[in-house]
This record gives sequence, C-alpha cells and structure tokens, in this order.
Amino acid sequence: MSTAAAKKNRPKYLSLQALLFEIRLPLPGWVSILHRVSGALLFLATVWLLWMLDRSLASEAGFDAVRRYAGLWPVRLSLLVLIWAYCHHFCAGIRYLFLDLDKGVDKETARLTSVIVLVVSLALTAWLGAKLW
Amino acid sequence: MSRVVVGAHYGLRDWLAQRVTAVLMAVYTVIVLAVLLGAAPISYGVWTDLFTQGWMRVATLLFAASLAWHMWVGVRDIVMDYVRADGLRLALQVVVLLVIAGYLGWTVQILWR
Repeated sequence: MSTAAAKKNRPKYLSLQALLFEIRLPLPGWVSILHRVSGALLFLATVWLLWMLDRSLASEAGFDAVRRYAGLWPVRLSLLVLIWAYCHHFCAGIRYLFLDLDKGVDKETARLTSVIVLVVSLALTAWLGAKLW
Repeated sequence: MSRVVVGAHYGLRDWLAQRVTAVLMAVYTVIVLAVLLGAAPISYGVWTDLFTQGWMRVATLLFAASLAWHMWVGVRDIVMDYVRADGLRLALQVVVLLVIAGYLGWTVQILWR
C-alpha cells in the first residue's frame, strides 16, 4: 500500500526468540485466543460434566458420590478451570456480539473491553468458586 | 471461489446460528444461575425437583440443542484452521459431529429418564 510498508524487511521469519521476546500479542489477541482455547476445553469437558449431571440426578447415593467427588482437590481444580473457561467464553462472547454490531471497534475501546473481559471473567470465577465450596 | 466439502458453508447461516445460540445460552445461564443461587444449599431433593419441572426440562433441552449447534460451528472452525489435510479434516469433522450427537442424545436421556 504505502511506501513505508514496502520498505519493511519482508518476509520476516519468526524465530523462537522473536515469538518469546519481540512480538507481543495485544490484549484483544489474548481475549481471542483464550476464547478459542476455552471453547475447545468446554467441548472436550462436556462428556465429564454430563457424566456428573447424570450421576447426580440418578439417585441420592449418586448425588452424594458426585458431591464427594467434586470435593477432591484435583477435581475441584479442574472444575475451577472449567468455570473460568465458561466465564471467559461468556464475557468474550458478549464482547464479540457488540463488535459484530460495530460497537467498540476503535483501538482504545477494544483494548479497554479486553481488559474488562479478562478481569470480570476471573472475578466471576473466584465468586462462583467461593459459592460452590 | 471454490467450494470445498470440508470447508465452511459459505453463507450467513452458520455465522448467525452461532450468535443466536450464544444469546439463548447466555439467557439460560443467567436464569439457571439465579435459580440455583436462590435455592442454595442444594440438596438432592432440590436438585431433582428442579430437573423434573417442565420449564426446566424444555429450557435445558433448548440449551443443549443450542450448544450442539454452537459447538459444531466453533469446533469446525478450529479444525479448519489447524488441520490442512482434507482426509484427516473430514475424519475429525465426522468424529466431532458424532460426539456432539452423543452429547445431545445423552442429555435427552438424562432429562427424561
């Protein structure tokens, strides 16, 4: 397009060093990749969550077993990660719905809403985690 | 533009479906969360009572159907981005569809046991 762009050193080959230290993903990029990661995680974890829902509704013994199971710390930690995944996917998703409507697409607003998504989803995770246990 | 079998569906439908289902699921999430927080502490009785109510069964089925469609569009996008070989991509897409169908069937079984 412009002559300034033409003068850049292209193609730029990405070294590990460049990936780790030189190129930083902007905050909206973090929200984006985490939206994808959380979505994939939720897709994979649905089988586990359905299994717990199934057991907990099947009988009172099943309900108690699931409650005990959910108290084990590896399970607790995994559930907390999934709660975060849901909250992040939820908040980032609302942000994308607004972006689709052309709201908040300028750089400053997009950056601000990215921070809000990251912070609010972590806060929601902490709150729901506290409510659950 | 060449139309690829293992590509997107080249239209507004999937894009729109992903967004409409997202809104439906968001509404369900807020309502069910409010009900659960209001009913806490959750005993076995409260838990099963909730899931035997007609509105909850229908709402949860709608949620599950929305989730199935939403998942399909989302996971297919991921597969299309990272899996380049057509054969492997098709195989993965079939597996994803089967898994989603399984999820949906299981949910129906759980709700109307």
